[in-house]
Amino acid sequence: MPFSDQIAPLRFEALAERIADATPAQVEIALSRERPGPGDLAALVSPAAVPSLQIIKERAGAITTQRFGRVVNLYAPLYLSNRCTNHCAYCGFTSGSDIERSDLSVEEAVENASILVEEGFRHVLLVTGEDPGRYGVDDIEKVVTAIGGMFHSISIEVFPMTADDYARLERAGVDGLTLYQETYDPGCYASMHPAGPKRDFAGRLEAVERGGGAGFRTLGIGALLGLAPWRCEAVAIAAHALHLSRRFWRSRIAVSFPRIVPAGRGFDPPCPVMDDEFVHMMAALRLVLPDAEFVVSTREPAALRDRLVGLAVTRMSAGSKTAPGAYVTRGAGEQFCVVDDRTPAEVADMLVRQGYDPVWKDFDRTLRG
Amino acid sequence: MQESRDSTDDLVIAGRRFTSRLLLGTGKFPNPRTMASAIDASGTGIVTVALRRVDLDDPADSMMSHLDASRYLILPNTSGARDAEEAVRVAKLARAAGGFDWIKLEVTPEPNYLLPDPVETLRAAVMLIDAGFTVLPYMNADPILARRLEEAGCATLMPLGAPIGTSRGFKTRDLVAIIIEQASVPVVVDAGLGLPSHASAAMEMGADAVLVNTAIAIAGDPVAMAHAFAGGVRAGREAFLAGAGGTSSLAQASSPLGGQVRGD
Repeated sequence: MPFSDQIAPLRFEALAERIADATPAQVEIALSRERPGPGDLAALVSPAAVPSLQIIKERAGAITTQRFGRVVNLYAPLYLSNRCTNHCAYCGFTSGSDIERSDLSVEEAVENASILVEEGFRHVLLVTGEDPGRYGVDDIEKVVTAIGGMFHSISIEVFPMTADDYARLERAGVDGLTLYQETYDPGCYASMHPAGPKRDFAGRLEAVERGGGAGFRTLGIGALLGLAPWRCEAVAIAAHALHLSRRFWRSRIAVSFPRIVPAGRGFDPPCPVMDDEFVHMMAALRLVLPDAEFVVSTREPAALRDRLVGLAVTRMSAGSKTAPGAYVTRGAGEQFCVVDDRTPAEVADMLVRQGYDPVWKDFDRTLRG
Repeated sequence: MQESRDSTDDLVIAGRRFTSRLLLGTGKFPNPRTMASAIDASGTGIVTVALRRVDLDDPADSMMSHLDASRYLILPNTSGARDAEEAVRVAKLARAAGGFDWIKLEVTPEPNYLLPDPVETLRAAVMLIDAGFTVLPYMNADPILARRLEEAGCATLMPLGAPIGTSRGFKTRDLVAIIIEQASVPVVVDAGLGLPSHASAAMEMGADAVLVNTAIAIAGDPVAMAHAFAGGVRAGREAFLAGAGGTSSLAQASSPLGGQVRGD
């Protein structure tokens, strides 16, 4: 059964009530388990768990160290196109926005990729908006083929595709798929995506499953934090991650924690997530998802990113530019403002200072043949 | 096991001698320098390296440049391989780029518990041995699989003590005991050992060696923990060679009193 059929019973209103009604005793029971289950998460993210946050954080840190060691993987996004036909209320690429639209030629993509390689990156995330008529799977495939020898791991964060197109990109050398649901609350989703192909809530969820079927080694999911209550999103993310783990048991699950930052349109998130809540969410999820990669981007301020090392994060972007071509030229039309603007070397130095090994290569392209 | 026990008590694998019976992994360390110091403190003769982590073409690779190939055997592993074909490709890369002929075979298609796939491991072992590699397979504690891997020509058997990275200890001891009893090649307990006492228990039982990574790499002081594991392995080995007595559910006095005191 696809996850889109399973999420209906989650009903955000009922979930919010369950979380609000959680008691300190339920939190204590959850924390008494060697491995809390998804049924414990409502209590662990609830207001009743706030007095236990220090314990939750310590356990999250211990689990992360045990499972991943004292290392953090580094990657960089490479924006290929900012053309988009969607109308996402929160996104800099939204259709109708007057940003400068561009997409990279294969040569420009290689030129930008070369900068990332010089900076040390061996893992890259290719990003586009959603306008497959103008920048589609053919274009992405050409870039993947052209940069295949430059990186050991190539992931995509693009538009939902058919199973055949995902399989094609997997064969071309893509090993990871990231596709945020943005929000798991169908009502909120509808209001945030009033037009364009992205209106289809279930279709977006099902795309991740098509990616799992295509054999991507990593399936990345996430909610854009600030759209709907974070506590509910956390419970939904865990359910989604566990569902994907069961169904696509060969794939590693990665959970990203993007928080809304201004994209030039002055969008005010309806449910802003404060720093302590952000930490709470990540730590509580780690207790339930001990083996998932947790990803934090340069949307977050440097000081907070530094604090998340050792808590739950296992993968970070660094030195990101969020407009096509911006590693080489000025690059206009960014998706969001980078907040942590340190260079990759500076982020690596921070990790070393904290007693963590910055890992640039954690996969070898030989594996995928 | 016969091969590994001789007068000097070296560990002998495929004709090569090692004075230490502790093998080390190189993942999860806070930095390459600590890793190198821990390897040094462990006294190990065999260090395994995940090929997915290193760049064999780069002489400045941060991990490889901290490993002294003149002091220990660097044993590349196929970690990250999901099937036999992937493992064989990685092994051939290791040979082509680094001249490595010994391979620690790991085929772990499931990314969370990283349990070895018995079917693909056996397939890969056959393919690699055909291609002239010396193969040391990471495996489930399955005595029949051990028989099959040994028949295929593997140089060691490396059953897990517990799921990798869990530090849960020697949970598979009853099955590993059968593997040890039946094996004619060295048995190395690999994965899951969290404390020197776990390593010692495996060695006391007759394992030829143990492989440790996480428990050392994430310790508060990895160098001190490497030293502690070396001690645990040595103590366990010495106890095994000394011939441990049997166990009993009844208390038995260490200075028997029978016949010395008469009540009548």
